[in-house]
Amino acid sequence: MLELIVISTLNGVLFGMLLFLLSSGLTVIFSMMGVLNFAHASFYMLGAFFGFQLTKWIGFWPALVLAPLLVGAIGMAVERYGLRNTHKHGHVAELLLTFGLAFAIEEIVSMIWGKSPLDYRVPALLDFPAFTIFSTNYPAYKLFMLAVSVVIFVALLIVLKRTRVGLIVQAALTHPHMVGHLGHNVGRVFMAVFGVGSALAGLAGVIAGPALVTQSDMAASLGPILFVVIVFGGLGSLPGAFIASLVIGLVQTFAVALDGSLASAFGPLDPSAGPSVLTDVWNVTIAQVAPIIPYMLLVLILIVRPLGLMGTRES
Amino acid sequence: MNTATTSTSKAPAKPGGDGLRFYGVWLIGIAALIVLPMIFSSGGSLTSFSLIGIAIVFALSYNILLGQTGLLSFGHAVHYGLGGFAACHMMNAVVSHGWPIPLPFIPLFGGLGGLVFAMIIGWVMTKRAGTVFAMISLGIGELVASSSLILRSVFGGEAGITTDRTALPKMLGWSFGPQLQVYYLIAFWLVLSAIAMYALTRTPLGRISNAVRDNPERVQFIGYDPHVVRYLAFCFAGFFAGVAGGLTAINFEIANSALLGAIQSGLVLFSTFIGGTAFFFGPILGAILVTYLQLGLTNLTTAWQLYFGIIFIGIVMYAPGGIAGLLMMHRPLIRAGTLWTVIPSYLVAIVPTVALACGVILTIETVARYSGGEAINLFGIGFKPQSPVTWVVAAVLVVGGAFVARLTWLRIADAWDRASTVARDRGYLA
Repeated sequence: MLELIVISTLNGVLFGMLLFLLSSGLTVIFSMMGVLNFAHASFYMLGAFFGFQLTKWIGFWPALVLAPLLVGAIGMAVERYGLRNTHKHGHVAELLLTFGLAFAIEEIVSMIWGKSPLDYRVPALLDFPAFTIFSTNYPAYKLFMLAVSVVIFVALLIVLKRTRVGLIVQAALTHPHMVGHLGHNVGRVFMAVFGVGSALAGLAGVIAGPALVTQSDMAASLGPILFVVIVFGGLGSLPGAFIASLVIGLVQTFAVALDGSLASAFGPLDPSAGPSVLTDVWNVTIAQVAPIIPYMLLVLILIVRPLGLMGTRES
Repeated sequence: MNTATTSTSKAPAKPGGDGLRFYGVWLIGIAALIVLPMIFSSGGSLTSFSLIGIAIVFALSYNILLGQTGLLSFGHAVHYGLGGFAACHMMNAVVSHGWPIPLPFIPLFGGLGGLVFAMIIGWVMTKRAGTVFAMISLGIGELVASSSLILRSVFGGEAGITTDRTALPKMLGWSFGPQLQVYYLIAFWLVLSAIAMYALTRTPLGRISNAVRDNPERVQFIGYDPHVVRYLAFCFAGFFAGVAGGLTAINFEIANSALLGAIQSGLVLFSTFIGGTAFFFGPILGAILVTYLQLGLTNLTTAWQLYFGIIFIGIVMYAPGGIAGLLMMHRPLIRAGTLWTVIPSYLVAIVPTVALACGVILTIETVARYSGGEAINLFGIGFKPQSPVTWVVAAVLVVGGAFVARLTWLRIADAWDRASTVARDRGYLA
């Protein structure tokens, strides 16, 4: 039991930090531009596929740097040539544009790389067990992932809180017009932030690719969870996104690891009653319910606190 | 949020001639529905017509949310799928209990299925509009789709629930075994739902929904609660989506979790938006086009979904009014009699635009078939995906086409400006 708790906590924090790499970009983009970037998870997927391809051509370490830059460039292009032109049609049109993009990117990726999972290996340098606890080998690559996400997190925090650039970005979050009046090129700030957000998503893809599955449906399966994270944390709140990422990462990891069901806790139901909704609910294990837990949390938070954990803005 | 620039409202007081035209359009539509299967009587076209009819009901129900109330939902298929399951269970119950309910009434139960779920979940969902509503609808969609695989006794797991439409009591001697009879059943419900949904847009509720879409704050000032209005619109949309789901269940005699999924939700969003949300007939056009393309393209190319994505992005960026919006733009020009000044520049633009489209198609197909090596057949001309000739042709078509097409589009814009200035002078354009 202790083993399960330690391992699941490690994995949960790791998954949570990965989620935060994605949700931080999404949240900052949303607060600045009011655009919920539906294609954010697609940038994550592009990161993983670019990472795979570049690893094949030039090795993992250059890919770790290049793939996020590529994804960031694509993100900037999307902002400059897509979103900026759509802005006049309103936020719903912008959301729809990114929705169409997400759809198109998934199709393009499955067209080029196929629909089956890719053989994206952990680099040889990190392919060893870091330590052994309770007879479980914990892979070094996962520690590396954790380290990368923590470094990015700290760097992001320092840039946002301690530098001039961060000051402008923070000001543009709440008062974009005022920042514009003070002589800053808000359009360029938006483009840069969009690029950085996409690049972070790409980075998450590169490092998550070897550990999780690299497949053309990875964006479609992660995207909804990402949106749950930012709605749960409160739209536009970075601390909220951080807490929500960790909560959902931990909850989902623990749920997958637990095998209990109502039947194992309270004994099986009377079999003579026959199959019904009750027997379905009674016999399902927590692990089987794991995929829907984030959405149940979403419904719960909407009932209890419609603005999300730390949200302050209406929309 | 955004303020919609378009409005579905027409002048309230209509002269007698307009009324005749109004009913004429509906009567022509109904006549076309009756006559169509007599002209195209093959099995394949009957199946297509049935699917298109269902898609129209579904898209119209979606437009109650998106077009009328301004709620962007990414999970509308939930009501569609639940309606399908409700209809399937109802059909099985009718057969096993021997209730005297004939098949034509079954879509009503599908609708009730959609409605009940909308009533339960809608109150929480419609608390917020805009982006938050969109995200919540996505989450609820995933929640229901995943739950449907867990609750096996209701949803039948992966396999779904099957039924037999011919086992129900007959009505007017119709067994509903042949596809033709099913088509007429779908057409009947299509007309009924379309009339009901059109009537809904004319009611005070429909009007206040438009107001909630455009300016919820002002709606609050005049004493309405936008939350309640959104909730009611959501329930109506859920009901009609359920009717469409019930029709699907009758058509395929099966309901499975694919009906509930994100793909269906995406398709209905595509249909509605491509057709145009600002006009009642927009989603009808969109549903016809998208279903037709879906049926036609799946046989021709593996990348058919990518074409949808590209068309959708193009519509969002350049014609947010959809096809209906593009068509209706011409109405003032026709009335003012200045349309003929625009047509020549349209004709000039056709050639480079088609060239550009061919180039894009060729590029996509080359990438899609590169590993397979399957030949591309573009309007009777064969291309090999591995040959550099194909790449050069594609590149020339895309770059050259885009360059020339841009010039011709600017020409259209010029001609358009001149024509609408004249139309404005003659008082046909506000």
